[in-house]
Amino acid sequence: MTDLLAVETPTGPADAVAGVRITPVDAVGLEQRAASLCTRSIKTSSKAAALDLAIRMMDLTTLEGADTPERVQALCARARHPDAADWSVPPVAAVCVYPELVPVAVEALADSSVAVASVAGGFPAGLAPLDARLAEIAWAVAAGADEVDIVLNRSAFLSGRYQKAYDEIAAAKQACGSAHLKVILETGELGSYDQIRRASMLAMVAGADFIKTSTGKIGTSATPPTALCMAEAIRDMAEQTGRAVGLKLAGGIRTAKQAWHYLVIVGETLGSGWLTPERFRLGASSLLNDVLMQRAKLGDGRYQRREDFSVD
Amino acid sequence: MEPVGDFNLEYAPAPESTAPVKLASQYGLFVGGEMVEPAAGALAPTINPATGEALADVSVADAADVDRAVAAARAAWEGGWRDLSGAERAKYLYRVARLLQERAREFAVLETMDGGKPIRESRDLDIPLAAAHFFHYAGWADKLDYAFSGRRAAPIGVAAQVIPWNFPLLMAAWKLAPALACGNTAVLKPAPTTPLTALLLAEVLRDAELPPGVVNIITGNDATGAALVSHPGVDKVAFTGSTEVGRAIGAELAGTPKRLTLELGGKAANIVFEDAALDQVTEGIVNGIYFNGGQVCCAGSRLLVQETVADAVIGKLQRRMDTLRVGDPLDKNTDIGAINSQAQLNRITELVASGVAEGAELYTPECVLPEQGFFHPPALFTNVSTAHRIAQEEIFGPVLSVLTFRTAEEAVAKANNTPYGLSAGIWTEKGSRILWMADQMQAGVVWANTFNRFDPASPFGGYRESGYGREGGRAGLLPYVDLVA
Repeated sequence: MTDLLAVETPTGPADAVAGVRITPVDAVGLEQRAASLCTRSIKTSSKAAALDLAIRMMDLTTLEGADTPERVQALCARARHPDAADWSVPPVAAVCVYPELVPVAVEALADSSVAVASVAGGFPAGLAPLDARLAEIAWAVAAGADEVDIVLNRSAFLSGRYQKAYDEIAAAKQACGSAHLKVILETGELGSYDQIRRASMLAMVAGADFIKTSTGKIGTSATPPTALCMAEAIRDMAEQTGRAVGLKLAGGIRTAKQAWHYLVIVGETLGSGWLTPERFRLGASSLLNDVLMQRAKLGDGRYQRREDFSVD
Repeated sequence: MEPVGDFNLEYAPAPESTAPVKLASQYGLFVGGEMVEPAAGALAPTINPATGEALADVSVADAADVDRAVAAARAAWEGGWRDLSGAERAKYLYRVARLLQERAREFAVLETMDGGKPIRESRDLDIPLAAAHFFHYAGWADKLDYAFSGRRAAPIGVAAQVIPWNFPLLMAAWKLAPALACGNTAVLKPAPTTPLTALLLAEVLRDAELPPGVVNIITGNDATGAALVSHPGVDKVAFTGSTEVGRAIGAELAGTPKRLTLELGGKAANIVFEDAALDQVTEGIVNGIYFNGGQVCCAGSRLLVQETVADAVIGKLQRRMDTLRVGDPLDKNTDIGAINSQAQLNRITELVASGVAEGAELYTPECVLPEQGFFHPPALFTNVSTAHRIAQEEIFGPVLSVLTFRTAEEAVAKANNTPYGLSAGIWTEKGSRILWMADQMQAGVVWANTFNRFDPASPFGGYRESGYGREGGRAGLLPYVDLVA
């Protein structure tokens, strides 16, 4: 085996990282399997439970330069009670914001089950000086973030400096302390499923608690084959090391139907052990309303108006 | 890895509606462009293998009916079909292809009801491919003069075509489309257990206004098939089915001027190298052996896996098998439907028992099989030696035998160690190895990093006991033409 971390200069594909085997990916086969999983139909009686699960797995996200404390407070209120008219709707998993807004979210979510997640580490490019990135992570955790979403250093990864990419994740993990670390691979920039699989393994071995598809800041984000590719990597990791790593899909997930498809992909690939917010998250902003509409429709058989749901 | 999930993904029963299918209680024979009563009036029921219920009574043609059908085909050939221009023949074939597409749902549901295959397969594969074959050969009909350089392709005459039960409509299309495109007429005999889509095809041929007698469809049993292939009025015989029957036909036709092509059994090797994309390999193996419940002549029934990754591949495979859904073939979530007949189920059960008795280790996932109908769970044998019956004989069911190898040479030797030679699969990320292996395989079709992919432009056929002659593409024209200067 050629180990990713033993590679000084990129000379060819490596098939392991720190002794954990990396399997190549056949794009045609992967896409076929993903498409076939997206044709499964879910039992109507388990649809309601699936929708509630999708809500409980959601990282409600706002990552705009124009975010204000008021906007974050509103988002936190929605996170606790996603449907103001129906308090049987469960709260979401977390609210995801920029570091400076972490204290606002922490205060707004006090005494709730909703976690505070912060992007950090020079999001979304990850090209700030390493010290600054680590300081940003430590600051967010000190401010009360339960979860930290950082980006993979694609500049290092794509130029074959795997050790550097690995070391940075390991350092970020240390800076997180007890907070959960999610590593964003930005799959849309990696160029192939082989690279996505390799980056997934690298991030997991380096200490990621979750691997995540995208920042949402570029055009291409989560897709069914990408999700399947990462789920297969997580399955290999669990089989080879016994460590269960979570999966977060983000970007472009807007409809309840898409959320179902991803539940099927993860459920069939990793088993029901992953169909829980501890191991599976959906990062989204506009998904919630569609899920709420479908949920209300399952309840009384009628579709609601979009105006009946809060816009943010 | 204890499951911590609090949610169980349950799929809805999603049965396809049988509403588009209008079944008659009784069917005659399609001869000379109309449905006629069989001479002796004999009938036999065709059943739904998923329920065991009879769907309809179908005629059993005897020697007199065969006579009548061959005479109708001869009359149609001499009466104008052979002299029709290629462009005119193409018009009919295009029309048939379009009508098949228009009635695709109806054909898919009927195929599943009569044969037991999952609706997912009949809907996504059988019916679209059948239409694609008619489109493909419609395109050849007016280009025959340019297909074989310097030689003219003349039609042969009347083709007798006997087809199997595993892909009923698709096999009818594989046989009829090239025969008609080349200017021949045909007598088609579908399998005893799956006659209904062929009879529905008769309706389509009539709607396409194909001249009477150009295609005749006679249902019946093995005796009907035997009477058809030995009929002196037949110029060409095309048979797809078991090696045993194929061999008998070969002996029967020896010394006659009849031309013969045979597409028979197989025991294909699916060869996995250590550098392959193992998760996609797993899907490929599943598709190779559990597609149509393994009732496929080119099924990848022997898995040859490199020793270094054998445990990993078997682990992934078993895990994947646990998620396969066996049951109602009309359900859109079903992966493995019914076995075609009680006889076939008995054969599979008998061979699986022999595998266990000979010392191979059997794995089947826990799954609840329907109480009615003929079902067999997906099965996987490890600790198999090349001498075991399960590694030698064609099982024609959802049963996979796993063998290991250390070097590419050993893989080649084991893969070719079979009397058959229909197909093979090679899984590796290394292009040069694909080319080298493909060269070494004594098999008519070699797939690389995929399995069970079919295309009308790609020739299909066997080596050795898998038969001779090719179907599909330009090579598929040859069995139906006389090349003259």
